[in-house]
Amino acid sequence: MITLSKADYEKMLAHAISELPNEACGLIAGTKQGNDKQIKKVYLLTNTDHSNEHFSLDPKEQLAAVKDMRANGLVPLGNWHSHPESPSRPSDEDKRLAFDSTASYLILSLMDREAPVLNSFHVENNEASREELVIEE
Amino acid sequence: MDITVAGVKKTVSDGLTVAQLIVDEKVETPEYVTVTVNDEFVESGTFDVTVLKDGDNVEFLYFMGGGR
Repeated sequence: MITLSKADYEKMLAHAISELPNEACGLIAGTKQGNDKQIKKVYLLTNTDHSNEHFSLDPKEQLAAVKDMRANGLVPLGNWHSHPESPSRPSDEDKRLAFDSTASYLILSLMDREAPVLNSFHVENNEASREELVIEE
Repeated sequence: MDITVAGVKKTVSDGLTVAQLIVDEKVETPEYVTVTVNDEFVESGTFDVTVLKDGDNVEFLYFMGGGR
């Protein structure tokens, strides 16, 4: 299970909306106990692809985020990105480029602008499985 | 000599290259790893000729991306 605060969810959503029509992306960090992950910080990074179909995290911003995590005693938990026009599920390319089977991959669909959908996934051997996601008030 | 890798101090052999460090650290999917030494990005084609020095601070950044 992975837990996200409502404030961090709204931060992610606001960034995703501000980046439309392109995909938005970032990193998530927090704490981990067994299979339970608590997201403590959401990082908003630049999509260097500037595309509505692809994303790549900016390596310089990624480096700064990794240092910030370490300085704050957080561990990297995975990443997040938006799907402006498609459902909240990993695409073939998402799965192909998901190299860390322990990471959580959060996908925020804005296909229905009035009802965004956020899901978390694990990807292993090119197979995605949904991870329980709890958004806390 | 002593270097720091992903925030952890380590003692390594003099003359260690970035390419050998990637092997020693058992970095997964090395073809998708970006390396920084003292916050400077190392060109991927130069890993085998980039020799680390005492006190260097190395980070491995894993490519993250995807598409719809």
